[in-house]
Amino acid sequence: MNSNNTISKGIDWSIIILYALLVAIGLLMIFANEYKEGDNIWQPIFSQNKDYGKQVLWVGICAVLGTFILLTDSKFFTATSNLLYGFGIVLCVAALFVGSEVKGSRSWLVLGGFRLQPSELSKVFTCLALSKYISRQETDFSKTRSQLVGAGISLLPAVITLAQNETGLALVYFSFFLVMYREGLPPFILITGFTLAIILILSLIFAPQTLFIFYAVIAALTIFFARGLFKRNRILLWIIIGVWALASIISSIAMPYLINHVMKPYQRDRIYSLVGKPYIPQNLEERTELEKIKSKNRGKSQNQSEYNVVQSKIAIGSGGMLGKGYLKGTQTRYDFVPEQRTDFIFCTVGEGFGFLGSLLFLSLYVILLFRIILIAERQRSTFSRVYAYGVASIFFFHIAINICMTIGLAPVIGIPLPLISYGGSSLLTFTLLLFILIRLDADRQMILR
Amino acid sequence: MPVFNQSRKRFIQGIFIVVFLVIIGQLFHLQIISDEYGRAADRNALTKKIAYPSRGIIYDCKGRAILDNVSRFDLMVTPSQVKGVDTNALCHLLQIDTAEFSKRIITAIIKNGRYRPSVFEPFVTTQLQAQLTENMYKFSGFDLLDRPVRTYPYKAAAHILGYVGEVDTAIIRRSGYFYQMGDLVGRSGLEKFYEPVLMGQRGINYLVKDNKNRIQGSYEKGVYDTAAQAGRNLHISVDIELQKLAEKLLSHKIGAVVAINPKTGAILAMASGPSYDPGDLAGAAFRKNWGRMALDTARPLYNRAIKGQYPPGSTFKPLGALIALNEGLMTPSFGYGCRGAYYACHGIKVRCTHSGSGHAANLRIALANSCNSYFLHIFRMAIDNPIDNNTINGYLRWKAYMNSFGLGVKTGVDLPSEDYASVPDTSRYNKDFGGSRRWNSCNVVTLGIGQDRMTATPIQLSNMMCIIANRGYYYTPHLVDSIQDETIADTAYIGKYRIRHNVTNIPDSAYQAVIEGMHDVTVYGTASDLSIPGVQYCAKTGTAQNPHGKNHSIFTCFAPKDNPRIAVSVVVENAGYGATYAGPIATLLMEKYLNDSLSVNSQARLEKVAKTDLIPGAIKHWYYIRDSIKQAKLGIKDVNVDTVIEQPVIIPKKTTFDPEAEPNRNDSSGETNLEKSPMMLPDQNKKETDSTQHE
Repeated sequence: MNSNNTISKGIDWSIIILYALLVAIGLLMIFANEYKEGDNIWQPIFSQNKDYGKQVLWVGICAVLGTFILLTDSKFFTATSNLLYGFGIVLCVAALFVGSEVKGSRSWLVLGGFRLQPSELSKVFTCLALSKYISRQETDFSKTRSQLVGAGISLLPAVITLAQNETGLALVYFSFFLVMYREGLPPFILITGFTLAIILILSLIFAPQTLFIFYAVIAALTIFFARGLFKRNRILLWIIIGVWALASIISSIAMPYLINHVMKPYQRDRIYSLVGKPYIPQNLEERTELEKIKSKNRGKSQNQSEYNVVQSKIAIGSGGMLGKGYLKGTQTRYDFVPEQRTDFIFCTVGEGFGFLGSLLFLSLYVILLFRIILIAERQRSTFSRVYAYGVASIFFFHIAINICMTIGLAPVIGIPLPLISYGGSSLLTFTLLLFILIRLDADRQMILR
Repeated sequence: MPVFNQSRKRFIQGIFIVVFLVIIGQLFHLQIISDEYGRAADRNALTKKIAYPSRGIIYDCKGRAILDNVSRFDLMVTPSQVKGVDTNALCHLLQIDTAEFSKRIITAIIKNGRYRPSVFEPFVTTQLQAQLTENMYKFSGFDLLDRPVRTYPYKAAAHILGYVGEVDTAIIRRSGYFYQMGDLVGRSGLEKFYEPVLMGQRGINYLVKDNKNRIQGSYEKGVYDTAAQAGRNLHISVDIELQKLAEKLLSHKIGAVVAINPKTGAILAMASGPSYDPGDLAGAAFRKNWGRMALDTARPLYNRAIKGQYPPGSTFKPLGALIALNEGLMTPSFGYGCRGAYYACHGIKVRCTHSGSGHAANLRIALANSCNSYFLHIFRMAIDNPIDNNTINGYLRWKAYMNSFGLGVKTGVDLPSEDYASVPDTSRYNKDFGGSRRWNSCNVVTLGIGQDRMTATPIQLSNMMCIIANRGYYYTPHLVDSIQDETIADTAYIGKYRIRHNVTNIPDSAYQAVIEGMHDVTVYGTASDLSIPGVQYCAKTGTAQNPHGKNHSIFTCFAPKDNPRIAVSVVVENAGYGATYAGPIATLLMEKYLNDSLSVNSQARLEKVAKTDLIPGAIKHWYYIRDSIKQAKLGIKDVNVDTVIEQPVIIPKKTTFDPEAEPNRNDSSGETNLEKSPMMLPDQNKKETDSTQHE
């Protein structure tokens, strides 16, 4: 169909501009973390002895890779998606068995001086494979069997990643349910899963009484606004009341019971520390027991995540309305926030540029996400549409969880902020995701199978 | 086939929007509503570093620096940077072993952490500093830090100057947390009294530190920083040569000397014995010596000149005479027929030194011979004054005189923790005797010769001399003449020393009579052995009975007789007669001050006085025990017979008389025996030269 082979044809430049903007911001943030007054700015880029220097190299690699992808024929991706998926699974398993252990997880493959996290790359392959499966002519995604296969394709890498002890990365694969919802998955699965996750997190963060009132207010408001519907559908009312009762039971009775009676003190400590709350047992025996365990593990960053969240909240909170200014954030420049170049990079934005800066920064992401959905909906081929939704879902999950954990709204599960966080594997993955999308979108008039 | 589904697209977009709104909500809460995070960030990263100015210098009246600063160096260590250190070389230089080395490193880590510098060796000597600087490249992680230390070029005036020490928690709390742990603050003497002046203005540098407490540079390029201002200097009235002489004279003695210029109230010398080298409490030596001094039973840290409370004894007598003269109870020609003791009070017999008739024929002679009966009599006349209808009123009138002469009240000298000694209140005697009507002038009669419950500090005695020398006025005794760059705020310190105080309206004739009497003391009286070449002076000796052993030897005087320029009081504890021990000290001081040099005779006497050892046996015994214990602890087991320290012979002293507990009991014989020197009568030659008035 297209005999004109210039790469620029049909390319969605807005995505590329957003991509470039975000990568540039990421570089600046990593730089802000590392640069000390009087350092040579350019030297680390050549000597590769600082993270921002390495990241510059990675950006270069990604630029080359992106160009190659744009030069590739779209059919390549449909044709090789299953193969790539299989390749990804093999790599993940290989990492599990022959990989080197980094921070307690066996998810890294080391080739010479080069480190790669296959479970990151697998996201791209899984996304492609899922698109391939759904776009098959013989697949009818309204059937339960197809839905099960789709879920299987999505969750197989998650299981392997979980085995590698990378909980955060494994959870990302659940974002594919958003895609499957778009393609016909019954909404209640999504709603139930989503609601349950929110309720669990809420019951960790807030007191049961507060939540009980909160749920009651939500239920009352829903009943009030939907009162017109009840005449026709009485069951709806009972569903709302049922959901409210269930949520209350989970938050007020089930979760506290689970935490206080089933879990061991150190588990409780770990659960609470995920949202940055210190756990202080009321019971004296329990306290001494916990102290014993903690002192045994001193220095092993058992309770690191709690400290992380407290410091990260301080960093973001101290930014105020306009922020302290670029290179002036004391929290992020003087290493008070750990992992601040990878998982907690948002602190640098929040501290340096304040509420308004964060708002601008977030709006870049929102524009990106909405732009991807717009692209998804303009595809003629199912493959491209499903793939686009996949990209949007992965981005969304990463952004939401990462930022929520820096501001104490989500457990610290250690997933990077797309295109901003330091790390080659992560940058590479998101570059692949976006540029394959751009390539597919450029050929949107084609029917790809 | 799955088809285009508008509502599901909308739902997904809705989820995105909701989640982003929640994030923005939380950001709003953290960044806009809550202000605790900003403060938490400052607590994390900001640190105040205080720049210490050097303390002010103190100069004597001739502009000689008697308290100065000198740079000393602390050897600092940052444990995290100690890598590949030539430990042996360092240990060799510091003369410690490697075990001590690692112990100090561990102490440093415990105290200040791995990443911050701590003191490894404080106040290294100049020689060691040179050696260390040379070899510093071998010792990574070690550093020399400049720190000014107090130095005393004349090794004198320890009690006046005081010392600085590290603050304790009480001082920090009292200062409203102005001081911080480790700060040096004046702990006694002028260092304490003029702390705000000497300290200067501290500078504050705001610094940024990282998560491991390493300093990362100044905050906001130092716009909030303030610079340190050096402490201001003090010029004091003490003549350091006179001061050194006073301290030399007081060596091997317990007591005090205060010399004041009566014209201005300026203190010329103030010494307390036993004293110490002020350098022993400066810098590194402080830690080594302070504990030993604080526990010393002779209390070298105690400034007896302003804190020692002694019964004034006979030195009080001129004051008794002034009161009686002013009240019109007697005239200078009043005589009393003393026959060796005072019998007028039933059951009380106070013995007098002399028994020959005529030794109290008039005020001058009575003063010169220090007749107890005479002054007991006029004291009773004052208490039983006919214009007061009872003892209480008479006593209160007498006490008012005492206070106006500065006895029983603080003089207000510019030194901390001065004592007001004691002129007892009537309530005290009411308690002693069980009611206001149950005591009379006889019960408290020995107050008339400066005994009973009356005590005074040496500075009060000197001030009393000033009043007599000036014939009725004084300036508050003080040390500081001027403060460098004096401000209005400084008048709080030195304003009150420039005000002349008048003491009641005692007529000049009364002073004249008393001064003549005091002059006679030095001519043919109790102090006739003591003279100053070419100077006529006035004095009063005192031999004060006390519950702690031998009599205190007291001497108060001023010179020259006309136009006095110096007033001195000397107390030597448990020494004996006033003229024998305290007297030479006072006259030698006056001679030095007035003649600017000592005659050959005086020089010889100076050496003799300085060598006289009057430390009470009990204290020597205490030293002996302390040294023995120390020897035993050092593990010297096989002591040769030859090396056994000779134990001083202790004469057990039984205290039978304690005026605190039994205020009105006299010693076992019921007699007070105060002065013993041959009775004197004015001989003809001397009469011609000096006595014209009393005839």
